[in-house]
Amino acid sequence: MLIEALFYVFGAVLIAAALAVISTRNPVYSALALVMCFLTSAAIWLLIEAEFLAVVLVLVYVGAVMVLFLFVVMMLDVDLAELRQGFTRFAWLGWLTALAVIVEIVGVVWARGGLGIDAGRGATPTAASYSNTLELGRVLYTRYAYPFELAAMLLLVAIVAAIALTMRRRPGLKKQDVSRQVAVRRADRLRIVQMDAEKRP
Amino acid sequence: MITLAQLLTLSGILFSLAIAGVFLNRKNVILLLMCVELLLLAANFNFIAFSRYLSDINGQVFVFFILTVAAAESAIGLAILVVLFRERRSINVEDLNTLKG
Repeated sequence: MLIEALFYVFGAVLIAAALAVISTRNPVYSALALVMCFLTSAAIWLLIEAEFLAVVLVLVYVGAVMVLFLFVVMMLDVDLAELRQGFTRFAWLGWLTALAVIVEIVGVVWARGGLGIDAGRGATPTAASYSNTLELGRVLYTRYAYPFELAAMLLLVAIVAAIALTMRRRPGLKKQDVSRQVAVRRADRLRIVQMDAEKRP
Repeated sequence: MITLAQLLTLSGILFSLAIAGVFLNRKNVILLLMCVELLLLAANFNFIAFSRYLSDINGQVFVFFILTVAAAESAIGLAILVVLFRERRSINVEDLNTLKG
């Protein structure tokens, strides 16, 4: 079936990109692989009919957060060799933990009745007139109106905090002070000196 | 037809890869932040899968809020990272030893 085939393709790309994120030498490549992760995730979310969130993921993450990441990665002059030192020291522990988590999750999911619901069935098909965005908006602006406002407030606080953290005043920086420029008077700058004319020899 | 079990397995693999990433890149703060983003993405996968297969829209609202908080978190995290680099000329986790508790 086409949808299932697409799911497997996107899933394979997603896992490959996630592997690239955690294992490339250069953080710029990691950031780009993470962009790939978000794009393929958005595609899979489209496949399971979560259209609004797929678009939000592309707009917010690929468009804003990952650009921010790339800015920071490229702006900082990082000594990569030092950071890579001891890369493989705890690698076995990492892979072991990853394997354990995979085995546990797969075990719970694929065990018969492990989730308490029938995990092997497909989703209930929705009508052609179903609008994911409409349904989401319907609860978001009624039942979740206060949490929605709180989320907006949180973003505002985050903006203020991020700007306050990164703003700095450099001592000895030469720059214009417009109010002083405007307030200057002739007497501050100009001195008229009276002196005798020189005699022609 | 994509089943719930397939989706949960995919998100489980994504989650465990992100955990492995935290172990592998334990010195580089930028990569740690990226791995946290991957963890959140895997969690969002679960929310959306269950929301879809139980026909309950509330799970997707939750993903909406998680995306908001994660965006705020990465903005603040990167701001702290920039200030840290300005102070220390390094983003190595092992150099962050001033605050002893």
